Amino acid sequence: MEKGTWLVKTGMAQMLKGGVIMDVVTPEQARIAEDAGAVAVMALERVPADIRVQGGVARMSDPELVLQIKNAVTIPVMAKCRIGHFVEAQVLEALGIDYIDESEVLTPADEEHHIDKDAFTIPFVCGARDLGEALRRIGEGAAMIRTKGEAGTGNVVEAVRHIRAVGGAIRRLQTMRSEELMAQAKELGAPHSLVVEVAERGALPVVNFSAGGIATPADAALMMQLGCDGNFVGSGIFKSEDPAIRAAAIVKATTHYQDPEIVAEVSRGLGEPMSGLDVRSMPSEELLAPRGW
Amino acid sequence: MNVGVLALQGDVREHVEALCDLGLSAKVVKLPRDLEDLQGLIIPGGESTTIGKLMVIYDLLEPIRERILAGKMAAWGTCAGMILLSKDVGGHDQPLLGVMDTCIQRNAFGSQVDSFEAEVLIQAIGDAPFPAVFIRAPVVESIGPNVKVLGRLPSNGWTVAIQQEMMLATSFHPEIVKDRRLHRHFLTLCSLVDA
Repeated sequence: MEKGTWLVKTGMAQMLKGGVIMDVVTPEQARIAEDAGAVAVMALERVPADIRVQGGVARMSDPELVLQIKNAVTIPVMAKCRIGHFVEAQVLEALGIDYIDESEVLTPADEEHHIDKDAFTIPFVCGARDLGEALRRIGEGAAMIRTKGEAGTGNVVEAVRHIRAVGGAIRRLQTMRSEELMAQAKELGAPHSLVVEVAERGALPVVNFSAGGIATPADAALMMQLGCDGNFVGSGIFKSEDPAIRAAAIVKATTHYQDPEIVAEVSRGLGEPMSGLDVRSMPSEELLAPRGW
Repeated sequence: MNVGVLALQGDVREHVEALCDLGLSAKVVKLPRDLEDLQGLIIPGGESTTIGKLMVIYDLLEPIRERILAGKMAAWGTCAGMILLSKDVGGHDQPLLGVMDTCIQRNAFGSQVDSFEAEVLIQAIGDAPFPAVFIRAPVVESIGPNVKVLGRLPSNGWTVAIQQEMMLATSFHPEIVKDRRLHRHFLTLCSLVDA
């Protein structure tokens, strides 16, 4: 019996595909998410929209809260640690949750180094804005990638930018001659072996979800049609007028993303979505996606 | 032969690719109309609660159950699929097909840090052990008289692969490894269905 192998870590993410992972801040919210059909919950003290408003240093959640949420549901539980804060990661692993998100939504603990994720038994998901960043994280042992988007804005534009950047770069790799891949690895700042693998497969070697700004069923279906394997929805659910109904609608739109009639049907009468932020009008120091590299 | 993969959530593509390796173009099943003419259906790994809820919402639960019970369709559940085929999951209130005479324990090994790889001997597909990947895996707690045990975990003897007539269930994920023997075994079951 071998635990924590690459197959076991990446396989867990494969089982989440086609699903929605929802940010929750209480056990009650976790149960609402599970009832709505979430494939996993992200246990947090504050959703990104509130982290933006309240400011200060955002850290790993209180283990007590994480455990309360874990005990409230049967679906997998994820939690966030700060970029580079490997002791927060050790603590989350010790709590026996299912996946760690080394996340730019929290205040980075290390501006040069991300966590050596191969050193852990528990798998990690990391954010990325482009192919190079995704492959650097995979090189460190991330077993799942998500587009960063711009968390807590309810604005899908950055998530779209990031998945298009990843997808476009992969398609370009596929047109290259083998000797061009080393130069490309240098330009991407990514391990050559992973660049070669992506060029051969035409896809990332791990599952890739969207995140950061998904607020409606149509947003969720858009990200799936652009090639994401599933969706993280943070503030978009519990900052909306009717979270239970919106959560269920986003789950259905993620499954039936290629069926406009179903996406139309589930989009009807959901109440107000979360109020959005125009990313272009935000000062650069308020942006979360540039955290990490 | 028409074989489908239930595609509401989970590792659908891996099963489709495994069947493709065996020369079969699988049908992706999202709505009841996709079940027509299927001789076999794979229920993939994923979250059993999510897949079950979506089966209810999109009116798939009854048609799938009826086709299986009428002997019109073979079925194979991997991990979440094993849970969904079973009659009982130890009191959890979740939608189930309830076609296999089994009681399943969900997450029997604990959380993801306890997920593992192990080799499982399954005589029905040959003498070489099968490379099995267990991810937050369920195990079979008890079986009815018409259910056959195909494989047990060597470390503790827990039942992880079973067959009941034209139904197959595994706690682990053959779709994410290269070994195609279990997919081939399932296609043999499908070929016995009177279409």
